Order: sequence, then structure tokens, then C-alpha cells
Amino acid sequence: MPTTYEPIATNTLSTTASSIEFTSISGSYTDLVLVGEGTVSTETTLYLQFNSDTGSNYSSTYLLGDGSAASSGRWSSQSVIYLYNWKTGRNNLICQINNYSNTTTNKTTLTRLNTPSGYVVANVGLWRSTSAITSIKISHGANFNSTTQFTLYGIKAA
Amino acid sequence: MATTYEAIATVTVGSGGAASIDFTSIPATFTDLLVKLSARSNGSGGYDFQNMFVKINGATTNGSTRWLRGNGSSASSASDTPIYTTALNYPLSTSNTFNNMELYFPNYLSSNNKSISIDAVAENNATAAEAVLQAGLWSNTNAITEIGFYPNIGSFVQHSTATLYGIKNS
Repeated sequence: MPTTYEPIATNTLSTTASSIEFTSISGSYTDLVLVGEGTVSTETTLYLQFNSDTGSNYSSTYLLGDGSAASSGRWSSQSVIYLYNWKTGRNNLICQINNYSNTTTNKTTLTRLNTPSGYVVANVGLWRSTSAITSIKISHGANFNSTTQFTLYGIKAA
Repeated sequence: MATTYEAIATVTVGSGGAASIDFTSIPATFTDLLVKLSARSNGSGGYDFQNMFVKINGATTNGSTRWLRGNGSSASSASDTPIYTTALNYPLSTSNTFNNMELYFPNYLSSNNKSISIDAVAENNATAAEAVLQAGLWSNTNAITEIGFYPNIGSFVQHSTATLYGIKNS
């Protein structure tokens, strides 16, 4: 059986950093999955950017539970896909980026972000570009702490 | 390239039912763990659905969870200890209807506390249904070697099933 779920790259921080980037992503998969687990220096938002595009081409909508109430909100015409906050405890996220290498459609993301001491989040994002995704930068408004780890997986449909 | 998404074990409940579903002696050769579960209990109670508890390394201690929940008419959020989901079908649900649940354990071998991503649904051909997104936390720095599930009342019925997958990042 061919391997259909492959790790592309892993980045484990040995010191603090405000961002982690996966570059030179090949177009040989169908979908991408970004899995992150770690902690941050202070509570603030994580965000995604593709292909170093800093234009106002991103939007996102979230569904949120904070332990006492459910809510929803969105950001539009931003320079990144805002996800939501990580706190100083351990957190994780799982981001699905389907059909990432096609050159016909804009790209969408589906992210589950878990901040156990704060938030449960489902987030959908849009990058208004028909370019194939070749790089992914995930950033934090302050810093990711050491031991934070992100892995990018590729999934092949065939 | 080596297989990086691998089935470690599957448990399927037989005709006698089972008080719990347990994965033990989980190998330390992966980066992340994923459990896919479909279950129903025979317990009794007055709520629309039943709770199902998650054991890590044989116990529910040091676990906490935060929910985002929708029931078909409203959305809500809450938090509690230990780690459990509120979306388990049982005899008040439409017959032959089992829940669907996925739990992702990133970095299960790390020497940090473990955060967990949980999605669960209990559909029902009636007024009530339950869709739950959860953030779980196991405040323990030991590697995870066992994962188990049990309903708060009764046992899992026949055909309940769960599979544990291991995922490697290299």
C-alpha cells in the first residue's frame, strides 16, 4: 500500500521564537495537515500566512467556547488568518488545508485550536489567492516558548 | 518511506458488553496518538445523553476539560474535571445509534502536561442531539501509556468499537 500520510517537516523550538515557517512545500500531496503543540510567553493570538503574502487577502471566522459561554466572531481583509489565543499552559492546534496546490481556487483552512485553560475554538480561514501554497508561516503575537513543536503532514489522495 | 499513520489496536465490544474500552501498553514509538471511537451504553438516566469518561494511564485524576457544545437549539460552553464527554448515546437515543468521537493526543511522550483535542457527536432522531468540541488537559508529565473509556452508568453495548492510531513525525 502506498504511503498516503507523510510527515513533511517538523520544527521543535529549542528557544523562544515568534514564528515558525515551513518553506519549499512540494505540490506532490493533495491536502496538508499542520499539527502544533506547545506553550507561549503570554496570551495572545496565533495567525497563519501563506507564501509570504502580506496583502489584505485573509479572513477568518471562529466559533468559541471559553468555559462559560459560546460565541462567534470574524476578521476580514487582514494580512493573516487570525486563529485565536494560546495561553501559557500547554495548547494545541490541528489545521487542515485541503487542495492546497491547485491554481484555480482560493484556499481555505479548518482549524481546531485548544487552549485547555481558556478556549475551545473551531476556526475557518480564507486566503484569497489561487496560487499553490508553497510556504506556511505560523506566528504568535508574542513568543512561542521552547519545546513548542509544529509538524506539517502531507496527505495524498492517490 | 516508513509508515507514519499506523493502527496500533482496535477494540470491538462483544455480545456481553464491556464496562470499559482500554488501550494498554501503548508503544513509545510515535509522536502523536489518535483514537476514533463509536460507542453506545446500556445505562439508565434522565438526560438526553450520557457522559463518557476518559482515563489516562489507568485513572481520571489530573484531567480537566472545556467544552463548546451545541444541542440543536442553542450553543453553550462549560468546564469541569475530569476529562469526559457529554455525547454518548444510550437507551433514550434512537435505537442502533452510536456516538462518534475522535481524540488527538499530540506529543504524548513529552515531559510536559498533555493537551488533547476532542470532537464528539451524538445524533438522535428526536429533539435532542449533541455536538461537542473539547479541549482536554492531563496535568501530568509522564508519557501516556494507557488510554481508556467508560460510561458513567452501565456498560458499552455490543458493536461499540474504538481504534488507536499512532502518528510519527519522521
